[in-house]
Amino acid sequence: MQDLKKVDDIAKKYAEMNTPLIYILKDVQKEFGYLSQPILTQVAQVTDIPLSEIYGVATFYSLFTTKPKGKHIVRCCNNAPCFVNGSKEVLEKIKEYLGIDTGETTEDALFTLEFTSCLGLCAVAPVMMVDDEVYGNLTPEKAVAILKDYKMKGSSNA
Amino acid sequence: MANINLTIDGIPVSVPQGTTVLEAAEKVNIKIPRLCYHPDLPPVSACRLCVVDIKGDRLLRTACSWKCQDGMEVSTRTPHVRDARKMALELLLSRHPMLCTECVRNGSCELQEIANQFGIREISFKYNERKGDKDYSSAAVVRDPSKCILCRRCVQTCELVQSVSAIGMEGRGYDVWVDTPFNEGLNDIACVACGQCIDRCPVGALYENSHINQVWVALDDPKKHVIVQTAPAVRVAIGEEFGMPPGGLVTNQMVAALRRIGFDKVFDTDFTADLTIMEEGHELLGRIKEGGTLPLLTSCSPGWVNFIEHFYPSLLPHVSSCKSPQQMFGALAKTYYAEKEGINPEDIYVVSIMPCTAKKQEAGRSEMSSSGYQDVDAVLTTREAAVMMKQVGIELPQLDDDEYDEPLGISTGAGVIFGATGGVMEAALRTVYEVVTEKKLENVDIKVVRGIQGIREAEIDLNGTKVKAAVAHGLANARELMDKIVKGEADYHFIEIMACPGGCLGGGGQPIPTSEEIRKKRAEAIYKADKGLSMRKSHENPAVLQLYKEFLGEPNSHKAHELLHTHYKGKEIYKHKVA
Repeated sequence: MQDLKKVDDIAKKYAEMNTPLIYILKDVQKEFGYLSQPILTQVAQVTDIPLSEIYGVATFYSLFTTKPKGKHIVRCCNNAPCFVNGSKEVLEKIKEYLGIDTGETTEDALFTLEFTSCLGLCAVAPVMMVDDEVYGNLTPEKAVAILKDYKMKGSSNA
Repeated sequence: MANINLTIDGIPVSVPQGTTVLEAAEKVNIKIPRLCYHPDLPPVSACRLCVVDIKGDRLLRTACSWKCQDGMEVSTRTPHVRDARKMALELLLSRHPMLCTECVRNGSCELQEIANQFGIREISFKYNERKGDKDYSSAAVVRDPSKCILCRRCVQTCELVQSVSAIGMEGRGYDVWVDTPFNEGLNDIACVACGQCIDRCPVGALYENSHINQVWVALDDPKKHVIVQTAPAVRVAIGEEFGMPPGGLVTNQMVAALRRIGFDKVFDTDFTADLTIMEEGHELLGRIKEGGTLPLLTSCSPGWVNFIEHFYPSLLPHVSSCKSPQQMFGALAKTYYAEKEGINPEDIYVVSIMPCTAKKQEAGRSEMSSSGYQDVDAVLTTREAAVMMKQVGIELPQLDDDEYDEPLGISTGAGVIFGATGGVMEAALRTVYEVVTEKKLENVDIKVVRGIQGIREAEIDLNGTKVKAAVAHGLANARELMDKIVKGEADYHFIEIMACPGGCLGGGGQPIPTSEEIRKKRAEAIYKADKGLSMRKSHENPAVLQLYKEFLGEPNSHKAHELLHTHYKGKEIYKHKVA
């Protein structure tokens, strides 16, 4: 079970702020990986902000997540410049390789696949991000090779 | 401050500073279409149907939120305005399932009405279903997200009027939706079942959990003795369901209609409202005399009881132990009445007609069965009662008057005013004054506790003992008073709380629409009904006196406690769930 006391400590850090919610949620997500129901309930209780409002904020921002995510987040650009350079084919291949759709997480909890808006790297389109790393000039094969690398590293750590 | 002068469609209008364009247009009989605007709530400008053209302004403005300025020239019908409104409406319709004939709001749906006014015959966009399962978990309120048009009225009502915040706006952009946190059922969160969201919903996304079918089954069962009780606030509102203007008092026609539907006896919750005054009045006097927990808080409003159980469990000892009039009626129907009439209580089926959705949930509470049988078997809202009448071809306004049956249909004006905010307080004071002073109360109208202000206070002299009273309606106002008690800043003896604005007459089971204007008219009808009765004090009700003589003994007796009183349970606001 998660140690919900940590939520209280995080909330205390921002006790003096007028609108601390986003800061609290950011730190809480960093601590627990995602914003689960018990965690957000705890946030509601220590901040006295209604859970419906907190849940609204947590679902509004795409960087907050109320569901557990994989170890690596794969974000594929779905904007026009990447599209005309073949992002659709890249994405299809990634989906096939990981066996999941966008918004889903692999069974081994290693990868979560998401869309992203333009990363400003249209010169090297199509692009994807894995965690904080950006990869450009992708082909379907190149993308899969990159993910294979992550998979190897992931299993050697385990 | 000087008035502001402007023109709307060339018609001059003069309004006070701060008036919105929508309100100003209303003054010159121009009805600007709106779906998210509601007179009880601050404007959110979500639906975009009220856009108007203001001369010199590059953009169309939303009339619901745009304030009038001196010299403003507003046009509500330029081609630009008409096109923008039609586009906004078609976009809303493109995500609405259009199942009008099977919708509870067929005929009272604002979206349907506006589509009709706009002359919509086809929609330019493909239907894109709004996802979400119906939530039947609550005994009172059903949520159907597929019909939601995201006007936010329910969310605002829950947050601002009731300070409950059970539901919120979730997600972002095209995919935004109204939901409980983590899509929990309404029954699994601190929803108080008041149904105010239903009264604000422009479409059929929120409605009561219907008991109509089960009532028909009971009525059609020859073994069942089916009796009905009608709450005070129903008689001043049910006429609206038949096209009558708000404030029509149709007590006796309603009785006639219920008899035609086939109820074996038509009784009045006002009878047990009088009884509540006897029990609660003596409870108050007892607490004052014996130094019990004060202030005493009323317990007639089940939405309010849910609220205090969830949000202020530490204050539960303040709440009167009296069951609500609905439940007292049920308990007596299956004991006193059953004995008197020689009917097996098992065969008695008690239906109540209530202005309320929380009454459905209250009737199902496990502690509401001290007679050995569930006190109340089915609860119909005012709206559902009207549907049943229409199902058998009853045109309420055409019916001749009929009278309630005896003995549970005999009541006083004190019972009637339970339907308005301040009414329980006034009824209690009428009785408590005479019991304590042993003098006749000359002026029965205790107007100081009446009105529409959210929180009202009064002080009444009882032979030297000053009773300090407060009245609140709408749970946001109740919360204010509760915070005062928690902080030790409240020196009241007696507080009346009604969950809904205006009291029961503005309840979540009442005809839609509601507004302050409508609630005021219903209140006028309530006080008119009170004035028209020869008996206006609960302790003068001969049927109540007879009930004590034959059955209960005296107020707060052991038997009264067993049947007419209850207890409360503190509850969590949030259930702790382990992931």
